[in-house]
Amino acid sequence: MSSVYERIGGEPAMAAAVEVFYRKVLGDDRINHFFEDVDMERQAAKQKAFLTMVCGGPSNYSGKDMRAGHKHLVERGLNATHFDAVVGHLKETLEELGVPAELVGQVMAVAEGARADVLNR
Amino acid sequence: MAKVRHESAWYPLEPGETVLDGLLRQGVHVPHACRAGACQSCLMRATSGAVPEAAQVGLKDTLKARGYFLACACRPQAGTALEVAGASELRVPARIVDLESLSGDVVAVRLEVEAPFDYRAGQYVTVVREDGLARSYSLASLPREDRLELHVRLVPGGAMSGWFARDVRPGERVHVQGPAGDCFYVPGQPEAPLLLAGTGTGLAPLYGIVRDALEAGHTGPIHLFHGALEPRGLYLVDALRALAARHPNLHYRPLVLAGGDGDVEEGPLEARILASLPKRPVGWRAFLCGNPEAVLSLRKKLFLTGFSLKDIHADAFLPSTPRAGPVAGAA
Ligand SMILES: Cc1cc2nc3c(=O)[nH]c(=O)nc-3n(C[C@H](O)[C@H](O)[C@H](O)COP(=O)(O)OP(=O)(O)OC[C@H]3O[C@@H](n4cnc5c(N)ncnc54)[C@H](O)[C@@H]3O)c2cc1C
Ligand code: HEM
Ligand code: FES
Repeated sequence: MSSVYERIGGEPAMAAAVEVFYRKVLGDDRINHFFEDVDMERQAAKQKAFLTMVCGGPSNYSGKDMRAGHKHLVERGLNATHFDAVVGHLKETLEELGVPAELVGQVMAVAEGARADVLNR
Repeated sequence: MAKVRHESAWYPLEPGETVLDGLLRQGVHVPHACRAGACQSCLMRATSGAVPEAAQVGLKDTLKARGYFLACACRPQAGTALEVAGASELRVPARIVDLESLSGDVVAVRLEVEAPFDYRAGQYVTVVREDGLARSYSLASLPREDRLELHVRLVPGGAMSGWFARDVRPGERVHVQGPAGDCFYVPGQPEAPLLLAGTGTGLAPLYGIVRDALEAGHTGPIHLFHGALEPRGLYLVDALRALAARHPNLHYRPLVLAGGDGDVEEGPLEARILASLPKRPVGWRAFLCGNPEAVLSLRKKLFLTGFSLKDIHADAFLPSTPRAGPVAGAA
């Protein structure tokens, strides 16, 4: 079965989604302090890695990487509320881009599956 | 341990140390200024060995392919042996031919380059003095003009700006490296609204970009905001008013934080810019230059109002950072 990533249009779809998603995240005062970066391009590239991963696109991150990659954020207070906020923006982004509900559900499930690793539980 | 070879001697690097810091620590002269990957003063070339990808961010592909990298952003992995050379072959000799005071603390520096020098209006160059002191300045001139023009603001205690303001006489020789940066007008969408915003000498590249766009036949509205603390921080006001009088699509708005009057508007630059935008600025392109905090803050706000990242071109005029300063990339 093809991945959500392929079914919603692959890399070009991710490129379109990343700005919509990043804008939501940066505009959310509950979580934007995690994403402030002098280099917005670099931050956007990371957001794209995130979207590609949860949509099942080509990605080399393991659960261990997710742990290590968010450890410094957990030390800065990253918790379940922040996680829910990010997942909420993810859902809205996909819906705004017209992704069918069934596929959105699949992406949500993947994101949920990363919860323990991201929060270093 | 990583090591770097420069002019037939090997220099060991401490763990996590950049090539720039390691060489300077051991007495090698390498031009440098911002130590944050923004000014390209520290450009070097790897003649053997690979540099990390992060050391080439922002460089033109042609430079990357030839092994050029930014020494201040280059932290080779332990065990790497890297052979490097300076970037002297990228520098062209130039002669300062004219200095003109534009305001109390801004001087226009005009240079004649002694070799063909291709650039786009709004890009920046690095001026390298005889003794190796290097600082980057944006170009206010147009490629069709025969001189490069820089607008240099005198910084209290500033090594390069103080030299320009006090010591330089016409005839003085320097080297010019570059050009660099992607803050320039690209023809092709003549009706797109353009937002040009700068503080202080951030006007320099915008002065090039606005004239370039008008000469290219841009018909869409061009909003040029120039912010300063007080009226004497503004310059080229008459020239820009005259330009706006000749081009109805150019809207020039000089703005000061304090001391405004009937002639010059008073108010916070960022808020005024945001208030002037339509609700959904679709198809707009922005060029932001000058004070780093102002530029970075405005870029974020514009992105949040709907500008696409690829349509925001920003040059933050990062100051030089002394050796003990923050590490590259820290914010
Ligand atoms: C891409 C780029 C483009 C630039 N374009 C221009 C330009 O067009 N016109 C222009 O005038 N400058 C421009 N600059 C800044 C310029 O490169 C120098 O940093 C500036 O001229 C000061 O150099 P200096 O040798 O006189 O001062 P330095 O000797 O480097 O500085 C003296 C002291 O003042 C501090 N300092 C310097 N500048 C500031 C500042 N703005 N705010 C607070 N502290 C400061 C330094 O950290 C240092 O402690 C640009 C910088 C970059 C990175
Ligand atoms: C579904 C859960 C999540 C997944 C799958 C995920 C995945 C990723 C991936 C793949 C990267 C890129 C790593 C890289 O290339 O460097 C990343 C980086 C990042 N993530 Fe997440 N993430 C998740 C949740 C979160 C949450 C909830 C936050 C904070 C509110 C967060 C904040 C960040 C930040 C700030 C970075 C950049 C790190 C840095 O700059 O060092 N992530 N994430
Ligand atoms: S880019 Fe290296 S010193 Fe500025």
